Amino acid sequence: MKDPVDVLIIGAGASGAAIAWSLAETKMHILCLEQGGWMNPAEYPSTGRDWEAKFYGEWSSSPNVRGRPEDYPINDDNSPIKVVNYNAVGGSTVMYTAHWPRLHPSDFKVKTLDGVADDWPIDYDALTPFFEENDRIMGTSGLSGDPLSPLTHPPMPQQPLGLSGAIIGKAMNELGWHWWPSDTTVATMDYEGRARCINLGHCTPACAQGAKSSTDITYWPHAIRAGVELRTHCRVREITTDESGMASGVVYYDKDGVEQFQPAHVVIIACNGVGTPRLLLNSASNRFPHGLANSSGLVGKNLMFHPYAQIYGYVKEPTDSNRAPPTCLWSKEWYDTDLSRGFVRGYGVQFVRGAGPVFEAVVSEQKGILPWGEDHHRVFRKLNGHRLGFSAICEDLPEEHNQVTLDPVMKDSHGIPAPKIDYTISENSRKMMEHALARGREILETAGATDICVNSPIPWGGWHLLGTARMGTDPERSVVNEWGRTHDVKNLFIVDGSIFVTSGGVNPTSTIQALALYIADQMKQRLANLFD
Amino acid sequence: MSADNQLTRVQRDDLRTIAGMIVPASDEYKVPGADDPAIQADMLATLGRDTKLVAAALDHLARLAGQPLAELDAARRDAVAQEFRSSGGAAAATLVRIVLQCYYRDDRVLRSLGLELRAPFPKGYVLPDGDWSLLDPVKERAGTLRRAT
Repeated sequence: MKDPVDVLIIGAGASGAAIAWSLAETKMHILCLEQGGWMNPAEYPSTGRDWEAKFYGEWSSSPNVRGRPEDYPINDDNSPIKVVNYNAVGGSTVMYTAHWPRLHPSDFKVKTLDGVADDWPIDYDALTPFFEENDRIMGTSGLSGDPLSPLTHPPMPQQPLGLSGAIIGKAMNELGWHWWPSDTTVATMDYEGRARCINLGHCTPACAQGAKSSTDITYWPHAIRAGVELRTHCRVREITTDESGMASGVVYYDKDGVEQFQPAHVVIIACNGVGTPRLLLNSASNRFPHGLANSSGLVGKNLMFHPYAQIYGYVKEPTDSNRAPPTCLWSKEWYDTDLSRGFVRGYGVQFVRGAGPVFEAVVSEQKGILPWGEDHHRVFRKLNGHRLGFSAICEDLPEEHNQVTLDPVMKDSHGIPAPKIDYTISENSRKMMEHALARGREILETAGATDICVNSPIPWGGWHLLGTARMGTDPERSVVNEWGRTHDVKNLFIVDGSIFVTSGGVNPTSTIQALALYIADQMKQRLANLFD
Repeated sequence: MSADNQLTRVQRDDLRTIAGMIVPASDEYKVPGADDPAIQADMLATLGRDTKLVAAALDHLARLAGQPLAELDAARRDAVAQEFRSSGGAAAATLVRIVLQCYYRDDRVLRSLGLELRAPFPKGYVLPDGDWSLLDPVKERAGTLRRAT
């Protein structure tokens, strides 16, 4: 049998990397098991002429389309929003837009302020130092001083406004609406061994330049130098427990597919809002018949995605197309509750600079605005390089019927039951999306855009996987306590997006990582009585 | 489909015909059609994981046409193409996507669009910094972050 480790982390993505790095200073024996491997930037799409085509195959954001050995299938047939993720060292930070807003202070008090959902058991202030620390390590760029966003101190200046940003800014000024350069994790200058952005454009499916921050090139090199062991191509099947109900280790399949048992004194799950409930439910035992840490019955429940309402159009002037990071500006004009709009809570907006020629042709043909035949060339030249987009990230409120369970049939390549998603978009979210589309249309028309098209929701827009092992002080209404420890198993922690109580209306990765650092800090402060 | 998971000759012929209908050659823009031999060769060489769906799309097309597409008169061919696109589902969408993704990476086509014939990395692109005074009205208007209590 293998020697026990002090801390075993499952998952080397956004949160797993952050907590591994933070705990490394304790000099405990820390092991991380990751089902994927190390990425090779030389193989990233933007290094080849067929960079756009790859997004439809091996570099698809959908694990079901991609189907790499490192991926597990997800049955999301019963959901209008499909799960997207990435499985590797770095996790989904390898494949994300690097848009970097934080939850707002008001997002932690949703029940108090708006009478819906629940308040978090912690507040924004508890996370502030960890947001700052995380921004420094991930390396953020932006412009401090946004009047409608929490104060940030990005170590690098904001991205250029570019052609698209200027058009959007003028339209927003004409309408009198808020906009601001986004905080991003795109390096705008050389930073901590990362080269500055050179506008490869195809940022989302990994950055060959290394300008986009992902934890394989930020946290992990530091954590490994500090002594953390990272074992790749190791897929955890279940967490085991001993006779006293404590986690005793994990059963996993190694890179050769051989079943292994790794004992551990502390287990930390960092597998995202789908992978984490899947693992807990797959860890059912006689003592925990409904899944591990599931006495509340809430493991897998309250899945929140952020339905995206996207609208885009075409202006006469050239836009940045694929020659820049895809997102550059945000707006918080409609972030906070205004009941006169017909819904509670709100949405953040991210503006999109444009698209490359293949994507433009494929999507425009599907939308029916790019014809077949003789007129194809004229219309394509009108569209290509002229696109502007608006995407609203709508706050999804927790609803128990939106859930992750185990699929009774589908299994991954190791025979482990796959997750099944049941999800519907709420009436409140639908109203929010309609509102956002109307505002987006106003903006685009003010900018002079025509041929306006809508994707609502973005079908393959399930980037944000939240809420399925929620945080709270009441063991009957939550899965983990206010510092990430499961109520039921006192040496089992969860640090990923599944512990979100509410989703806010912004991309969550910054907050996920701040939470992971906060939980690490709480653990370090309690090392002497961690299991009390 | 033949046993080696490649398209049959009949399917290849129909693919060439439908591709030429989607994107015909243009003297005005000095570009080939998507039925150009080099672009067709690119499609066939890179079908990969999409082969099955494209073959299914071509089978659907063959059922609608009842004979090789190229042998239909122009009006009938257009009617079949329209029916194919509206009833072909994911398979037809995949075929069209393959046609377009191969067409819009052809050197002659990219040149006509004024695009450089290269991968984005390592040269990248230059992005104008822009006029940040545009942000002044937002700064002047300010606003208040909603308090948590």
